[in-house]
Amino acid sequence: MLATQKLANRIRKSSLKMVHRAKASHIASALSITDILAVLYGEVMRFDPVDQNYEVRDRFILSKGHACVAVYSTLAEVGLIPREQLETYGDDFSWLMNHISHKVNGVEFSTGSLGHGLPFGVGKALAAKARAETWRTFVLLSDGEMDEGVNWEALMFASHHKLSNITAIIDYNKLQSLDSVENTLGLEPLIDKLKAFGCSTHEIDGHDHRLIAKALSHTTNEKPTAIVAHTTKGKGVSFMENRVEWHYKNPNDEQLEMALAELEIAYA
Amino acid sequence: MRNAFIDELVEAAASNDNIVLVVGDLGYGVVEPFAKCFPKRFFNAGVAEQNMMGFAAGLASEGFHVFVYSIANFPTFRCAEQIRNDVDYHNLPVTIVAVGGGLAYGNLGYSHHAVQDYALMRVMPNMLIASPGDPMEVRACMRYIINNPQPSYLRLGKVGEPCIHSQIPEVRPGEWVSIRDGGERSDTYLTTGATLELVNKLLAESPDPDRYSLKSMPLWSMKAKSSQVRQVEKFLTVRTVEDHLMDGGFGSWLLEATSIRPDLLIRIKIRSLDSKVCGMVGKQATLNAEGGLIHGVLCE
Repeated sequence: MLATQKLANRIRKSSLKMVHRAKASHIASALSITDILAVLYGEVMRFDPVDQNYEVRDRFILSKGHACVAVYSTLAEVGLIPREQLETYGDDFSWLMNHISHKVNGVEFSTGSLGHGLPFGVGKALAAKARAETWRTFVLLSDGEMDEGVNWEALMFASHHKLSNITAIIDYNKLQSLDSVENTLGLEPLIDKLKAFGCSTHEIDGHDHRLIAKALSHTTNEKPTAIVAHTTKGKGVSFMENRVEWHYKNPNDEQLEMALAELEIAYA
Repeated sequence: MRNAFIDELVEAAASNDNIVLVVGDLGYGVVEPFAKCFPKRFFNAGVAEQNMMGFAAGLASEGFHVFVYSIANFPTFRCAEQIRNDVDYHNLPVTIVAVGGGLAYGNLGYSHHAVQDYALMRVMPNMLIASPGDPMEVRACMRYIINNPQPSYLRLGKVGEPCIHSQIPEVRPGEWVSIRDGGERSDTYLTTGATLELVNKLLAESPDPDRYSLKSMPLWSMKAKSSQVRQVEKFLTVRTVEDHLMDGGFGSWLLEATSIRPDLLIRIKIRSLDSKVCGMVGKQATLNAEGGLIHGVLCE
């Protein structure tokens, strides 16, 4: 098993425990992006675990802020925040809000309202280009989020300015808040749209670590990169996979135990 | 006002590499000096205000002081959530510059009338409102903002406004700037923005101008409310004048700021635009008069 797969397994378990303890929503959204996060933080991104302001760090922005437990867990795994801090998730006055918060060490930007991460990331990429700096910007978006017109404004701008230092990753798990993407507001042909907006595109299995690493490492000289990552909402826990209700529900004691047991077996 | 703005910006940018100007495909005849001098720090976002404000915040998060320039409601209402979440919440140095404050673009119709902008901007906890009354106050506000980079909203008129001040005044958030001093316990007009010119003219033509004081407040904010009681209590009455609706406006802000001292409230009289101007079209002076910013109403 790859080191990043082991990391992903730990992130999944940690995320499950967090939402269970806090009785919080969005576990399925978090499980959906876990493999992408594990490859980003475990292999691709440049950062310093003891200095969150390390100047040449790559910048990561979670635009689908509701999936924050996966990022908080990742930050704890790589040493940017203490593990004990995870236990404050959802508490009164905790910095670990139920949508990603820049008040947490290692988090660049708070989101929660969809469609804010990519434009902000474009600003960061523009800043790096203006100063001829080599760090990259990664923005992780949801599929439903692509309904927001501002994302397409941002892609137009990134293409026009040849921001090859930004990578947008779309977590295409095909489920939105009430129904499937297809039944809500169809995105297809998504890859063609991204190409038409001037992106260098990759279409991958968003749970295959080697493919994720390859797509994330690839850059061009001229174009922003857009990765369509086909994923499964709730990935790794059989009874959560592809089920709309796990956008909202939190596991009870028994369900948590079952979920953790499944993850033990899968990665034993 | 527009020219004073761009002069100050160009001058500051010559010695400060972090100053960036972003425009929303507007600014013909105004922004060219900056674009020519600093082409690498000038970006036209196109007609896409939400992305414009979002990437301005991203640039600002990397240490740039970003000036975002557009007309009337486009850089405010059109991208209100980007201002709230990205700029203000993250406390980033983005200065939103709107030309055509109030009814400066009266003939262009309701889309171009900025008569609710204070209401939107003053509910942002970190936002500094800069609403200068003449070109000298524009320069003063620009210098303050450049020396104190923060979320800020600069509301400008158009072009050709006369200078009321003979030199660049000292300005600080919440502090009143004196134009005419009628002494302690006088009747006082307190303006923000372009109504300074209107009231100054009115008082100059008054048969008894020495009865009045005239103050302007070009810089104000949620945080600056705390300094208002001590300034209001010096005067017999304070008439606030603004080219904005009363709801959520400057006079309302002053009432809120002084509400901890109920005895002060009776001294404050708000002169603002009647909402009947919403949807009317006409020259700025015509609409201001229709909205109630005329001699009789201002003096009563």
